[in-house]
Amino acid sequence: MSLLNDVSSPRFKTGPGAARLTGAGLLILLGAFALIGPAVIPVDPSAQDFGASLAPIGGDYVLGADHYGRSLLARLAHGARLSFGMAFLTMLAAAIPGVLLGLLAARKGGWAERGLELVATVVLALPGLMLVLLLLAFSPGNYGPLFLGLALTLWVEFYRVTKATTKTVLAQPHIEAARMLGFGSSYILTRYVLPVIAPMIATLAAFAMASAIIAVSTLSAISVGLQPPTPELGSMIVELLPYYSEAPVHVLLPAGLIFLLVLGLQLLAQGERA
Amino acid sequence: MRNFLLARLLQAGIVAIVVGALCFVLMRVLPGDAAMRIAAGRYGPDARIAEAAEKVRLELGLDRPIATQFLEWLGNLLRLDFGHSLVTGGTVVHELQVQLGASVWLAAAALLLSLVIGPIIGLFSGLRPGGVADRMGLIGAVTFRAIPPFVLGLILMLVFSKQLGWLPPAGFGSPREILLPALTLALGLAAMSSRVTRNAVAAVARAPYFAFARYKGLPEAVVVRRHGLRNAAIPVISYLGLQAIYLIEGVVVVESLFAYPGIGHALVHAIVERDIPMVQGTALVMGLMFVAISAFVDLLSLWLDPRQRRPA
Repeated sequence: MSLLNDVSSPRFKTGPGAARLTGAGLLILLGAFALIGPAVIPVDPSAQDFGASLAPIGGDYVLGADHYGRSLLARLAHGARLSFGMAFLTMLAAAIPGVLLGLLAARKGGWAERGLELVATVVLALPGLMLVLLLLAFSPGNYGPLFLGLALTLWVEFYRVTKATTKTVLAQPHIEAARMLGFGSSYILTRYVLPVIAPMIATLAAFAMASAIIAVSTLSAISVGLQPPTPELGSMIVELLPYYSEAPVHVLLPAGLIFLLVLGLQLLAQGERA
Repeated sequence: MRNFLLARLLQAGIVAIVVGALCFVLMRVLPGDAAMRIAAGRYGPDARIAEAAEKVRLELGLDRPIATQFLEWLGNLLRLDFGHSLVTGGTVVHELQVQLGASVWLAAAALLLSLVIGPIIGLFSGLRPGGVADRMGLIGAVTFRAIPPFVLGLILMLVFSKQLGWLPPAGFGSPREILLPALTLALGLAAMSSRVTRNAVAAVARAPYFAFARYKGLPEAVVVRRHGLRNAAIPVISYLGLQAIYLIEGVVVVESLFAYPGIGHALVHAIVERDIPMVQGTALVMGLMFVAISAFVDLLSLWLDPRQRRPA
């Protein structure tokens, strides 16, 4: 019953509030930069030019250059694309199995549900980052384990929310009526269940992408994630940090980009709720 | 109470088996011969690897059936034998003892600091929802949640060590050195707990018993202290239990950033150096620490709210 109340509470019903619109606007801008940027900016993000080492902002290089003289604008665009792309793929890899398994558990119950519950409990018993670190320990610097580890920890949330909500929806009288009228499972699923869970899944998806962006940049920053020269925002910060006193803005650029990405996703996800 | 302890023990058992099994499977599933990899890790890539690998294979019994090896590994685990670090040669248990102590101090300091920062901001926000304090608190919370912990740590380092020169940027030994890493962790935790506190306080402030305390003429401070704090603390404490994950993950990040000699630092080093026994041992200890922190927080909330002690 309490879950049902949750569903109908204003938190999932509020229309696009100011926070939500700000978040969406921010993400559209950043998304355009990440998608179009690498195509429009004709500079190789790993092309070095030692003559332009730590070039200031506004000269030959629009956003300056790093210690190897690599264009920061190009690196930021590629870094944003990488973060966005990884986060999006991770979210999909977590959401699709999570939602499907949740629907399965809610529909079938019994052994299927108990088995899935056990797996979910086991994953929850471990901190997510540790799972990722364990996978990375055996094959460092690769996209594969990073991606797999993140998806492995994030699917549980999708599974649990889908399962709980679907169960309450399926227990309602109008579903029973629909079933008695002879409508099949797929009709009930698309007409009655999906409209209820979709907004919640969207919220979870935005949070999952924010977590993925933070996790990837953090792991690269502590040098167990993606390795330089990959233009990854987290490792860019750490690479540029020794030059902070000469070029403070250069360090702040990738940090600010991560901040805006995560902020946009969180604003979009929580809207009025924050 | 007994059920509570049993459930926690079960959780600890699951963590141990999952971490162990995962390491074990990964060792064997990944491309390359395990003995080769260990030999390369021990003697460096220039050694005569094939011979060394044979020696390793015999020494560790890698040629026996996998099931036997796994059971043996579990047996060793029960006797608290994690083996030796491939890098330093010392026993993993000894290395972990030293580092665990440091990490526990850091986690405790961070929890304490966050309990000072978050709930106080939340209290002032929640007493006047929609007021200036509430809005400032909201902006602060959203900002700190959007800054990745490692960036927050770097900012604190730049401000307090480099610009102001008040605190050392790295190291271990005195309370001054624990302050910056603990503060990094605490600010992240406080960003979340301040909002939970705010909602809890706002709910308590709307409650009839709170209004009654005001009607009977108690001064505001007394109303808040006697009727507000304890009731509002319960959701905050149980929320902190969920944040045990944040603390454990934060320990990894913050320790490597500040070169603080704890478990998280050790794990990252072990990963970079492919020191598999150390990775196994550290991951296991971190998993158990996670169980311990959430158990501690649950106990705290039982102590605060006697109603929960009654069997449901």
